[in-house]
Amino acid sequence: MGIPGSGLAKGLAVTLRTMTRRSHTAQYPEVQPELPPRTRGVIGLFEENCTVCMLCARECPDWCIYIDSHKETAPPAAPGGRERSRNVLDRFAIDFALCMYCGICIEVCPFDALFWSPEFEYAEEDIRDLTHERDKLREWMWTVPAPPALDPAAEEPKEIGAARKAAEKQAAAEAKAAEEAKAAEEAKAAEAAKAAEAADAADANDGTNGAAS
Amino acid sequence: MNDVLDVALRLLALLVAFLVLPLLVGQTEHKVMAHMQGRLGPMYAGGFHGWAQLVADGVKFAQKEDIVPAGADRRIFQLAPAVALLPYLLVLVAIPIGPGGAVGETIDAGIFFALAVMGVGVLGSLMAGWASANKFSLLGGLRTAAQLMAYELPMLLAAASVAMAAGTVSLPGILDAFEWWWVPWQIVGGLVFFTAGLAELQRPPFDAPVADSEIIFGAYTEYTGLRFALFLLAEYAGIVILCGLTTVLFLGGWHGPFSGDVGWLWTLLKTAVLAFVVIWLRVSYPRLREDQLQKLAWTCLIPLSLAQIALTGVVKVVIS
Repeated sequence: MGIPGSGLAKGLAVTLRTMTRRSHTAQYPEVQPELPPRTRGVIGLFEENCTVCMLCARECPDWCIYIDSHKETAPPAAPGGRERSRNVLDRFAIDFALCMYCGICIEVCPFDALFWSPEFEYAEEDIRDLTHERDKLREWMWTVPAPPALDPAAEEPKEIGAARKAAEKQAAAEAKAAEEAKAAEEAKAAEAAKAAEAADAADANDGTNGAAS
Repeated sequence: MNDVLDVALRLLALLVAFLVLPLLVGQTEHKVMAHMQGRLGPMYAGGFHGWAQLVADGVKFAQKEDIVPAGADRRIFQLAPAVALLPYLLVLVAIPIGPGGAVGETIDAGIFFALAVMGVGVLGSLMAGWASANKFSLLGGLRTAAQLMAYELPMLLAAASVAMAAGTVSLPGILDAFEWWWVPWQIVGGLVFFTAGLAELQRPPFDAPVADSEIIFGAYTEYTGLRFALFLLAEYAGIVILCGLTTVLFLGGWHGPFSGDVGWLWTLLKTAVLAFVVIWLRVSYPRLREDQLQKLAWTCLIPLSLAQIALTGVVKVVIS
């Protein structure tokens, strides 16, 4: 307990101390909020990576992803080969009035075509305008932040290991080729020298022969 | 002719002070309260840190429809805001700002005049509560009446102590007699006067009569538009008056360093500090319950003010 009325003084002290500190108000339209890097603002589509596999649309719990595509065939790479076919994206739209921002589509995309963007200012006056098409989704890709750096002690990503292995293999192959080429050259040079020696010897023989004959 | 001009100038200055100072207190309350709660308060109106927020509020109130409930006592209902507001203007006339007649009108019985007229201001709430034909308003009005009964007495007793010390009831007379050691001598009376004044203004933590969360602004439930704005203005004018009176009676008014030149500044400064305290108390303390209100007045403030009178009497006899 303590002195009577000390609680009253404490109350006054708290409000006075709060007054001297910075206020917590976010002055949003004037000052943009500092959002954490993994903010779930909107979903961006990196359509160059999309193969129209439809996994995102099928996994979406809200069925808010609309995808249309058609098949195109390309001529065979080699004459007499089979025609190559691929899917071409016609429409990719996400209805953000239905989306519940669970991020399953982003998790499930095997080709890294969907990303979270912290962009959040896309309110519309009509709920139907919240269905955003691929051009808008592609625009949002520019707002996707770079992936966060790995921990210093983290395991190396598989991609880097694979790339390094390939590079090493190639470097080794090149080195081997260079060595072989060098060896071949040396051998050639040695052969040439031998041939020259042999020719000299032959000349001498000829001389002697000539002298003899 | 010169007298007429003098009176006109004084009245004009009073009117300007009466219109500006309450708004200044209101704006300060907006900002101070906000920062005490970790907010920013109004930021848009007028461009710079929302300085014109209360002007904008006034415009909004002026645009609203003036409604009188069907069951209300029309005449009384419409008159109540004026009764609440005008007494404070009258009290302002009697408060001395600086030395040498810097006062609206020197009144010989200044304390009596000020306290009596301030009491009239509370009648506005009573009239509003009764005339609204609304049970919440009636409750608010009755609570106002109970509060007026309980807190007028300690206020009067505390003021009487100062009058005894000075040997006069004239406000400039009290200030002429003032010595610096009156402040510690009358400090208890000052606290009682200020607290009782807060209760009379129905400011938090003594705002059970308006209690917006339980009886929906009490006597003002049915008021809209300009009449409601007048009640709010009366509250802030009341703060100015109470702080001014406390300054004059207990803090030595214009007395201070260089009081010959800038006495009026001392008065304003002390009043402003007290107004800040009024806001500070509002932010810090929760509302007192109705029975706690009565208990505080009758078992704490009245004995304290009586003790102050006794102390004043004893000291007065000893030094004379």
